[in-house]
Amino acid sequence: MKILRDLFRDYRFTFSFSVLVIIVALALLSFVSPYDPTLWNVVPKDMKPSVEHWLGTDSNGQDIFWQATFAVRNSLIISLIAGLVSRFIAILVGMVAGYKGGWVDRVMMFISDSLLVIPLFLIFVMLAMLVRQFLNLVVLGLMLAVFGWAWDARVIRSVILSLRERDFTNTAILSGTGTVKLVINEYMPFAMPLIFSNLINNIAWAIGLEITLAILGLVNLNIPTLGTMLNWALFYQSILLGRWWWILTPVILSLFLFIALYWLSTSISEYLDPRTRIQRVGA
Amino acid sequence: MTFLKRYLIPRLFQYFLVIWLGITVVFLIPRLTPNDPVMRMIGEMRGRGSTLEPGAMDGIIRDLTQMYGLEGSWLDQYWAFWVRLAHGDFGVSFFQFPTPVNKLIATAIPWTLALLLTTTAISWIVGNIIGGLAGYYSRKGWSRTLDAIAMVIRPLPYYIFAFSLLLLFAYVVRWFPITGGASLGAIPSLSWAYIKDVLWHSILPALSLIILGGAVNFQTMKLFVQNTNSESFVQYAKMGGVTEDRIVSKYVIRNAILPQITGLALSLGQIFSGALITEIVFSYPGLGMLLYRAIINGDYNLIMGITLLSIVGITTAILVVDLTYPFFDPRVRYN
Repeated sequence: MKILRDLFRDYRFTFSFSVLVIIVALALLSFVSPYDPTLWNVVPKDMKPSVEHWLGTDSNGQDIFWQATFAVRNSLIISLIAGLVSRFIAILVGMVAGYKGGWVDRVMMFISDSLLVIPLFLIFVMLAMLVRQFLNLVVLGLMLAVFGWAWDARVIRSVILSLRERDFTNTAILSGTGTVKLVINEYMPFAMPLIFSNLINNIAWAIGLEITLAILGLVNLNIPTLGTMLNWALFYQSILLGRWWWILTPVILSLFLFIALYWLSTSISEYLDPRTRIQRVGA
Repeated sequence: MTFLKRYLIPRLFQYFLVIWLGITVVFLIPRLTPNDPVMRMIGEMRGRGSTLEPGAMDGIIRDLTQMYGLEGSWLDQYWAFWVRLAHGDFGVSFFQFPTPVNKLIATAIPWTLALLLTTTAISWIVGNIIGGLAGYYSRKGWSRTLDAIAMVIRPLPYYIFAFSLLLLFAYVVRWFPITGGASLGAIPSLSWAYIKDVLWHSILPALSLIILGGAVNFQTMKLFVQNTNSESFVQYAKMGGVTEDRIVSKYVIRNAILPQITGLALSLGQIFSGALITEIVFSYPGLGMLLYRAIINGDYNLIMGITLLSIVGITTAILVVDLTYPFFDPRVRYN
């Protein structure tokens, strides 16, 4: 509880926490939506925001408010799959590379360096072109995960490298602790805050890429996400026709979501700075 | 000599290895995905309503197989792939048949290069200078204001940021043209009017890349400078009466700039992808727009050509940035 109170002292944490609570609430609201998001022409088209339709309706004949709840939910699902799976890969690669060293380390770091250097956006475009008809939320999330671990594997590796040189490592090894147990019990607690703030950044990255791929029409446009909502709004020229309520809904939602995620990750990582942590533990 | 052996040769070796890996990934992607690109093309053709005689269909399938380089075993295909690349042959575009992919890319590349080089240079230099000063004077009001602005801009993905700028400056307040690289019907020439027109159209895309890239450089530089600032050699210089200008430029920024050079090299791939996305938002006629049209038309060869070229281009650019590093860091030179 004290941790939370300290965190809330940071205005960035308070802001991002509130925004994320609202966004998650929106996502949960989708479960009680009166409309099926895949059906068209369930409400009158192109209506301005009103009491009946809070954010108006679009040219597909869908209610924008309820469509947005599904969009937020699906974008979060994709990015959570991407974030969690890539975290698993990053931890595995980072820990093995950092602890084993030698050629294992060199090969793994070469692969992750290459992933950092190659324009991944283009690789995703190529992949999505070929698997477009299989692209559901899970496949898209996994696709992003397979390529999204490189940076964090590097970060985790460097943490492990510095921990390996510390005295407690030798103490643990001499007192008979196994490698797996050492890494999980002794090293993970040090790496955890970093992994967590990287997870948030990775989630934001995945949402952003999904939006970009959706704008290019490379995902299934019938599944509402923040990206596909924008795609439909652009497709029907909603800017030129002055339907601001349609185009602005996904744009403003994404703006708030990205800023909130970033602020959350910075405020937490500043609070849990590994350097101050190590100082507190006593190096 | 030791510099050559310890720095240059491993770096060059890594350069070729990354290119090899990247190109191999591009080779593998269509072969590992569950559907046959040839049959997919045929399906799309049928979907567009074109009917063909059975005999003609076989011919098309054979041609497409050949064009995708899908003949023989994987090893044969892999070898043929490299032979073609070595000749600089990326095949022909499907939807602007039979224009070679090379030619399409060649007309688009000057636009992208002009936009990318100027914006990257400006955002790196300006971002680092302002970031450095803001880090040194981190208690001043303007430094905090800039920091707050960067905190808002930094997390936005290229698409969302560029699109917000477009909404704001081309629709809400109509200061800039909405789309394109030049006015419709303008004839490319070296006249002042045409150059002015091109520059006018490139302001918004350039601005969006500069602000977003600048915010990243600003933040990282500010942090580095703040850290360097608290180091004992800076404190010592202050006590020794070295002038503040000299401390900032020669001691603090000089040290903090080193990780920024590495950072620039590492982020070039992302900056490039960002430029492509920005071009799409503003319909700027570079590689990004070419990519967009290729996606809309299902022109896989063209996308592959753009990807392969980008991999080689970016790794080379990173190599060049990395090779300038010893000029800035004497420790690498003399070690």
